[in-house]
Amino acid sequence: MSSFAGVDIGSRSIELVLVDAAGQILQQMQADTGFDPMAEAKRMLAEVEYQQIMATGYGRNLFEISFDATTVTEIKAHACGARACFPTAETVLDIGGQDSKAIALFPNGKVKKFEMNDRCAAGTGKFLEIMAKALGFSLSEFSEQALAATSDINISSMCTVFAESEVTSLIGRGQSRQAIARGLHQSVVRRVKTMLNRVSTEGDIVFTGGVANNACMVQFLAETLQRQILVPPQPQFIGAYGAALLAAGL
Amino acid sequence: MSEQYQKMWTELGLDLKAHDALLGVLSEAYQKIFMAQDNRPQAMSYFDFVMSEVHGLRIKELLDEKAAGRKIIGSYCVFVPEEIALAANATLIGLCTGADFATEEVEKYLPRNTCALIKSAFGFKLGRVCPYLETTDMVVGENTCDGKKKAYESFKEIINNLYVMDLPQVKSANGKALLKAEYVRFKEAVEQLTGVKVTVESLKAAIKLVNAKRAAMLRLYQLRAADPAPISGLDALLANQVFFYDNPERFTASVNKICDELEQRIKENTGAFPAKLPRILVSGCPQAMPNWKLPAIIETSGAVIVGEESCVGERGVRNLVDGSGDSVDEMLDAIVERYFQVDCAIFTPNCDRLQHIEQMAKAYHADGVIHYGLQFCTPYLMESMPVQKALEQKNIPCLRIETDYSMEDMGQLKTRVEAFIEQLK
Ligand code: SF4
Ligand code: SF4
Repeated sequence: MSSFAGVDIGSRSIELVLVDAAGQILQQMQADTGFDPMAEAKRMLAEVEYQQIMATGYGRNLFEISFDATTVTEIKAHACGARACFPTAETVLDIGGQDSKAIALFPNGKVKKFEMNDRCAAGTGKFLEIMAKALGFSLSEFSEQALAATSDINISSMCTVFAESEVTSLIGRGQSRQAIARGLHQSVVRRVKTMLNRVSTEGDIVFTGGVANNACMVQFLAETLQRQILVPPQPQFIGAYGAALLAAGL
Repeated sequence: MSEQYQKMWTELGLDLKAHDALLGVLSEAYQKIFMAQDNRPQAMSYFDFVMSEVHGLRIKELLDEKAAGRKIIGSYCVFVPEEIALAANATLIGLCTGADFATEEVEKYLPRNTCALIKSAFGFKLGRVCPYLETTDMVVGENTCDGKKKAYESFKEIINNLYVMDLPQVKSANGKALLKAEYVRFKEAVEQLTGVKVTVESLKAAIKLVNAKRAAMLRLYQLRAADPAPISGLDALLANQVFFYDNPERFTASVNKICDELEQRIKENTGAFPAKLPRILVSGCPQAMPNWKLPAIIETSGAVIVGEESCVGERGVRNLVDGSGDSVDEMLDAIVERYFQVDCAIFTPNCDRLQHIEQMAKAYHADGVIHYGLQFCTPYLMESMPVQKALEQKNIPCLRIETDYSMEDMGQLKTRVEAFIEQLK
């Protein structure tokens, strides 16, 4: 049987997805990027067989050289993967480890416009990860506790470093960790909202990337934007999935 | 080129070690970015030569001019009229501000959030690495954006020959009168510097010389409308950067020679890139030498740049001066008339620029526009939003880029540019 691979080399993790000629997922894998992404990718690829491979993610160009693959940007890959899950969606939000993107699509699925966060980590998975740690929560606790909070503390710093010290001093002053967690989620939502509104202001939003696993983010986004948020199963694989579909010519 | 010019550089007061390092980086970048291109026009070899002698032969020529009694004037903006300098026996050099240098020193004078272009001007002075700057008898600073205006106040502390020119911000009758008054004052200042009076003949000849230089560049731009593009955007930008400091006659002849070759290429239907590649118009802040970052990313990502709406580009050379006047004053009016049309973002409102972007996109068959803004450049970053909106209304995709001279954001920029190119396909 023919199979096509998509590999997403992100700053935090690498995902590999295999699909058949009809686009059905055959296999998927994930590993930490580590300090040598090419070695890690090589190890993953050794376990599978494929006819064509397409790379995406920030490491795609390195991969292209090392593995003689074709490449596609994360923007097109996520757009393609998101549409395969939700065929009529015209807005995609991808929040990964170190960047976030808002993508608007034409009705036919072609990319119409996109926005990306700039160099800083505010509004990305990395920000949430560092804040969870500062609060002493695991990632899943962090989201659960934020959802359970009854009050909300406004976090004014967008910069990861300042926000971290703000959190530390709030804890020191005896503020509730739940409320702080809620405030932190809300600060990311505010950031994302500006970016999203630049590309589209109505219709459902497909939420992809690792941060889409965060139930609190999903709920707050839906509340703030007053738009439906659609999360595909295992959203962290959507970039690799989209790349695999493109490799298959789908 | 090192050895033979060591003495000259030492006498100019350069920091030889830092200067060597700069030349090293420059020549490496040049090899990697320019020499690696396929299908370059043969006549580009002139520019390769110019670049290999950028701090050598050309500086020697300028020093020879000085020895023969001419004066050298440096400028940072296309509003400083070359015609007037030439007519009073001076040579005008556009000082490049396209690389970071001595950043730590610079930040003793300027806040961190100053645009890279202004910082670069300070860096080259403080780092003592620019032989052009050290050759000048006068440096003109112009009151354009707030950043530059205020920076010149501090620049005075580190440079002893700064002349500040005021510029209008509004295209009104008053604005035009101000420009005229400032050009008259500049004429007098140059006359005083050189001891040579501007005459009807000398001004007429200067206008002719500069018109020819601009006409050659305009000819080059127009040829880029062809598909396949006969010349890469990088090479065209390079010619435009050299425009600012080369000997005018020789430059004009060299550009015309390239144009002859490009016309031949168009006839034969050959180009620097294959046909049907996505075509991009770059619009925004000037890309001063040796700032090749964005065009290098674009042209290694499967697209070709077909125009620059910038002061190092069409905005800087569009419109010629009517040199038919019979008196110096009449010709000065014609010069004011020409420069007053420059649609820099420091003007308010600045509607002409948007029109020019649309016109250029159409004339050069661009599939999309990349708006290039330097970080902290209020005028151009502010304009980028309405520009994007207006273009999108006309179904011309537009990507807004905000960056500086560092290489930190290369990965991010490449992703943005590649995604934009995917969007155009
Ligand atoms: S952008 Fe404005 S300030 Fe800069 S060179 Fe052009 S005219 Fe001068
Ligand atoms: S107009 Fe912009 S790029 Fe030019 S000097 Fe001012 S801030 Fe810098």
